Amino acid sequence: MDAPETTVIVEEKSGVTLMRFEGDITSFSEAALLGTYRGLPPDEHKSILLDFTKVEYINSSGIALIITMLREASSANQRVHCFGLTPHFKKVFEMVGLLRYTAIHPDEGAGLTALTA
Amino acid sequence: MMAQPKATVELKLPSRLGFEKVAMGTASHVAKLMGFSDPRIEDLKTAVSEACLNAIEHGNKLQESLSVVVILTLDAAMLEVKVIDKGKGVTKKVTAPDMEKKLHGEEASRGLGLFLIENLVDEVEYVSESVEGSYTRLVIHLEKDREVK
Repeated sequence: MDAPETTVIVEEKSGVTLMRFEGDITSFSEAALLGTYRGLPPDEHKSILLDFTKVEYINSSGIALIITMLREASSANQRVHCFGLTPHFKKVFEMVGLLRYTAIHPDEGAGLTALTA
Repeated sequence: MMAQPKATVELKLPSRLGFEKVAMGTASHVAKLMGFSDPRIEDLKTAVSEACLNAIEHGNKLQESLSVVVILTLDAAMLEVKVIDKGKGVTKKVTAPDMEKKLHGEEASRGLGLFLIENLVDEVEYVSESVEGSYTRLVIHLEKDREVK
């Protein structure tokens, strides 16, 4: 079994940086997820919207990577919001206390509106 | 399916990350056959995945020669999943994650698995170094599922 791949596509929209994830988010995703995030200069990417629409599986190691990203973003005064999570993973994010540190929007439009307000 | 006697499905997985998804998929299919709702199946999938990850990483310490054995036992009322490894078992007390500390770097980002397991299934039991090995036992009840619906 090969390591599951995570693809991250970065887009800019209305001054917001979209990170679109595809595949699983697990311990194998560190390079894709954190590597891509760390390649974005904080001064030029103040608002980041994470797109989970094409993510089917997130495990606790994957959540840990998201926590690490939120920690680094907080230190760099960046705002990070999310959309596209399934109801289950929205519940999981809430369960571990992540909703106090990021917002989950129902869709991309709502996320962009919140981050450009 | 409901009136059937107790049945068992057994899996033997290598201690390699990624194989937890095999157990997760099997548990999902069995739960669906039993009539659990989709949200409960999603909860079970995460709990089984986390129990297997724990067995692979911490129990068998990623030694591929050691197997993680997953035994699913079902009857008319409930589904039990035992995840067995060769480690010392879970002995620490499971506490809620302190996200404030995690986000300030005062606590490791990881360490959420057991907390998720305990909050997603109806019963959890940790047994250390039994004849079978150490195991995590998860149970979900169909009756509870009906209450949720």
